[in-house]
Amino acid sequence: MGTGLKRKDLLGIRDLSVEEINLILDTAVSMKEIASRDIKKVPTLRGKTIINLFYEPSTRTRTSFEIAGKWMSADVINISTSSSSVVKGESLKDTGLTLQAMHPDVVVIRHPAAGAPQILAGLLRASIINAGDGAHEHPTQALLDLFTIREKRETLAGLKVAIVGDILHSRVARSNMFAMQKMGMQVRVSGPPTMLPRYLDRLGVEVFPRVEPAIADADIIMMLRVQLERMGAGLFPTLREYSKLFGLNLDRLKAAKRDVLIMHPGPINRGVEIAPEVADGPYSLILNQVENGLAIRMALLYLLAGGQAASNN
Amino acid sequence: MRILIEGGRVIDPANNVDDVLDVLIEDRRIAALGPQWPARGGPAPDRVLDARGKVVCPGFVDLHVHLREPGREDMETIATGTRAAARGGFTSVCAMPNTTPVNDNQSVTEFILDRARREGAVNVFPVGAITKGQKGEELAEIGELVGAGCVAISDDGKPVMNAEIMRRALEYASMFAIPVIQHAEDLHMTGTGSMHEGLVSTELGIRGIPAASEAIIVARDILLAELTGSHYHVAHVSTAESIRLIREAKAKGLHVTCEATPHHFAITDEAVRSFSTNTKMSPPLRSSRHVEAVKSALKDGTIDAIATDHAPHTIQDKEVEFDYAANGIIGLETAFGLGMTVLVEGEVLTLNQLIARLTCDPARIFTLPKGTLSEGADADVTILDPTREWVVDVKKFASKSRNSPFHGWKLRGEVLATIVGGKVVWELEG
Repeated sequence: MGTGLKRKDLLGIRDLSVEEINLILDTAVSMKEIASRDIKKVPTLRGKTIINLFYEPSTRTRTSFEIAGKWMSADVINISTSSSSVVKGESLKDTGLTLQAMHPDVVVIRHPAAGAPQILAGLLRASIINAGDGAHEHPTQALLDLFTIREKRETLAGLKVAIVGDILHSRVARSNMFAMQKMGMQVRVSGPPTMLPRYLDRLGVEVFPRVEPAIADADIIMMLRVQLERMGAGLFPTLREYSKLFGLNLDRLKAAKRDVLIMHPGPINRGVEIAPEVADGPYSLILNQVENGLAIRMALLYLLAGGQAASNN
Repeated sequence: MRILIEGGRVIDPANNVDDVLDVLIEDRRIAALGPQWPARGGPAPDRVLDARGKVVCPGFVDLHVHLREPGREDMETIATGTRAAARGGFTSVCAMPNTTPVNDNQSVTEFILDRARREGAVNVFPVGAITKGQKGEELAEIGELVGAGCVAISDDGKPVMNAEIMRRALEYASMFAIPVIQHAEDLHMTGTGSMHEGLVSTELGIRGIPAASEAIIVARDILLAELTGSHYHVAHVSTAESIRLIREAKAKGLHVTCEATPHHFAITDEAVRSFSTNTKMSPPLRSSRHVEAVKSALKDGTIDAIATDHAPHTIQDKEVEFDYAANGIIGLETAFGLGMTVLVEGEVLTLNQLIARLTCDPARIFTLPKGTLSEGADADVTILDPTREWVVDVKKFASKSRNSPFHGWKLRGEVLATIVGGKVVWELEG
């Protein structure tokens, strides 16, 4: 497959080796350069068809996959299932087979059920990229997070990361836990006990039911969005209490390391898990993450679908 | 009609028999067991089955089967489900009432019995609903159900969540001395969970169902069984905690019994990593700690019976995302093979104990006149080869459905022939 990844799909960060992760991060460095050009266009994926199949709303992920494809001259189709035959009850299998019949090269899928990308990967010849499946994995998020950290700190190994929030329902947390441990980082999680899945310690992750000790000597603090729906399920009483106990505000930040990096996958709930001053402040890498998401996704599309173009010619 | 089963090793745990004996069947009943027939005279048999080197035992009794008829004949019918039973060595099955319509009245019970009489390959014992429509609100006409032929009551598929209703059901059922079978789970705790809450669910990000969800209802119901003195039976027990509670209840002399499925002693929640929907059922596959507890409990008799919870589903109900898939797998045609391979070869049970858990033990706890080869008993007989290896091929199954996680498994222990009421209803070719 030439310079590409020797795999058809990217279903989870757990499937990737350290070498593959480094290949993607290194490729993203050159992709990032394209964003600074006046004419943001390269012919790398000309003639390739990419379908974004999103069963859940998305701003960052979907837009960056669309732009990534278009900058590389691919034909990009966006399907938001709320306006597709999925509303008529069409199954994932039939949706996949229907798309297959139109010969896409890549299908990017975001879906509320874990394992949905696996179903498509088994059915379609196209490369399947998991853009988030339920609370399971969001591999491109973990990749862009690693990339963002690597830009600021030369070595990843040994860095301490604190992931704070609703870990139980977070695919970002899972992918990052797996990815960061692969790269030799120390991962700790914090959140109300109702939102911390059991047995995390068996995965080598340190668990902190209170946030202060978790962030005290952390090199990186990653905040997760807290969802209102979880309130109704008895997981925490109010956003107010959540914010008081776990919100990253300027006061809490005082106890962190002087050169701490603040991250958040977005979208942020200003004033809930993160104070506006912190989100907009000098330690925040939130917008760097977005920018890097574009570079990572370009790298992935190139490595999965672009390599063949070179070897076919 | 006289059938002679010749030269087999007869294992009949109910009568403490384990010997090479001939079995003579006459007109639907066991006429006699004895060494070296035909020396004893009498007319020649109409058919002789050579069982030398094989095991001959009572036909298996499955306390928990979903035949899906009436209402979901696309998944299974009484005809196909009982053929699957026969293929698995089962000669009697208890048919669960979560059909469409629910078996909460005489007409549905009579329909099932009528269908079974005309098209069933094995004996069908209907289980009636506890509550009307299985809604958990008002008692069904249990007297009518029993009069029509139901041998037990259950809202299986769902628990009776209301403790008061469960209490009254236990009290009321004691009039008829029938077991009240509970599908033990707290629906609030289950929520939208799809698998066991453990390390695997933490890694997969699939909403987990804690073991406590089952144990809480078992604990509650045991107190109700104590209060009422009635027979309480736990369906498909799957957790170490429930087993501990049941063991204590039995030690106290309470009338509590339970069953476990082959999948709950054969596989763990690790199987769910594949996202195969054939690893999704209720109660879910548990972690190894619980599987070991099920095996120990089968050994010490805390778990009285192996019952398959045979749950057919159409391809379209299963070929979807894991979270959306229907719960349940088929099990009639793999039960004995799994029992031999996992329990007997795994030195958890002896062959005799395995046969007991499949025959006289289930029959005894539900007071069914089955599960033995006593003289005069119904001629329900299974002929087995406990050493024969075979590979599970769901395409060969008699069941209409294919939802089994054991496809491709190499198992040891195969059913060679099944006789119901003196009639050979199934024979393995070759």
